[in-house]
Amino acid sequence: MSGPGQVAGMPGRGEISLGARFVLLAALSLALIVVDHRQDQLSRVREVLSLAVHPIYVVVDFPFNAWQSITGSISDRRTLMSENARLRRQVVISQYRLQDLNVLEMENNRLRELLDSYEEVSEGRVMIAEILSTDLEHYRQRFIINRGAFDGVEVGQPLLDADGVVGQVESVSAMTSEALLITDPDHALPVAIERTGVRAIAEGTGDSSQLRLNNLTNSSDVVLGDRLVTSGLGGIFPSGRPVAIIDEFTQRPDQSFAYVTARPVSALDRNQEVLLVWKDVRVDSDEALTALEGVQQ
Amino acid sequence: MISAGSRHWFAPTASVVIALVLSVVPLPDAVGAFRPDWVVVVLLYWSLIEPRRYGLLSAFWIGIVLDTLTGSLLGQHSLALLLVVYLSQRLYLRIRTFPASQVATIVIGLLALYELVLLLIDGFAGRQVPFVERWAPVVTGGLLWLLVLVAIERSRQAAEARM
Repeated sequence: MSGPGQVAGMPGRGEISLGARFVLLAALSLALIVVDHRQDQLSRVREVLSLAVHPIYVVVDFPFNAWQSITGSISDRRTLMSENARLRRQVVISQYRLQDLNVLEMENNRLRELLDSYEEVSEGRVMIAEILSTDLEHYRQRFIINRGAFDGVEVGQPLLDADGVVGQVESVSAMTSEALLITDPDHALPVAIERTGVRAIAEGTGDSSQLRLNNLTNSSDVVLGDRLVTSGLGGIFPSGRPVAIIDEFTQRPDQSFAYVTARPVSALDRNQEVLLVWKDVRVDSDEALTALEGVQQ
Repeated sequence: MISAGSRHWFAPTASVVIALVLSVVPLPDAVGAFRPDWVVVVLLYWSLIEPRRYGLLSAFWIGIVLDTLTGSLLGQHSLALLLVVYLSQRLYLRIRTFPASQVATIVIGLLALYELVLLLIDGFAGRQVPFVERWAPVVTGGLLWLLVLVAIERSRQAAEARM
């Protein structure tokens, strides 16, 4: 076989042959694949790489941003006024609910004091993150958000929206983070049925309108339309947040578990903004611990 | 020669960057499964027009960028791209003399090989990809090649006109 040097009419320049270079680089790729799969050591490398490819995300996102700003600026006065009126009504209603909530919170605190529990219930800091319009691999339910390590994003941090749970942060780079939707096939979320308190695991299916509950028995007390909320087990998500509505419950006498699916309540496939939530609880106790250690020394 | 060289530098780079953007631009669910492997088609085009333009090392780096963008295992797309570019460079002399229909067959074969490598690594990582989403890109990539054929014909005519 003649080398590529002769093919293109250039002298070989004493290079390594095409075959040898291929074997070398292929071996390098294979080694990367194995290391990346087995361990988490490449996360730093990934961070640097995603910073390097950040311009591509910006380019991809640009037409969508431009479209939004155009449609935003030319939407006429009438629409703006009606939207304004709607938002005003919403504020009134929200404020009213908030007052209710304050009353409840005070009552809750009083009861907790009675129970001698000092557990902090506030959910701490939140930050709005924008979803960059990027499709990751199609069958995986992931997306990129425009907040990263600079904003204090941490791996495992929950993402919520106005309706309920959206997902969690999977990897963080300097200016962006990759997040896993609750419907990703790799994602499992500890939930509870609001009506009965029965606990279950909601697994992603790869379809953004469906979650599967694999461990509910045929005799479970489940009714179509039951609401699933986070159970707070696992410690990642705050408890009691809406997740999904049961939309199918089929008993399978031949198997030990029923076939149960649920439809997520948040608009997973058309969200533009999500809420990053920090749990101040853990941070506080960590700080308390270090302070305590300082005292002991 | 210098100006010709700088002109030659622009189109290949721009085409790869555009291919990378097209690989991650969001598409509706129904269409997303049929997204062709833009990067492979672009690299094959340059392999046949100018075999020294994109070598194995660039294939490796472009693969790494693709891995980062799509969030797949680092090295997955590099390995698949390396194999495709290696084979196309190996077969370059013979492919050049083939009629267009035969070249298209080889391109479809290489696209299928590319998806096969991705499939094997996905299997290794324990990841399942629906059948349609795995193999539809081979078909759409083949259709995309029809457009590339037109481009090749144009550039050949331009080269003849220059002579």
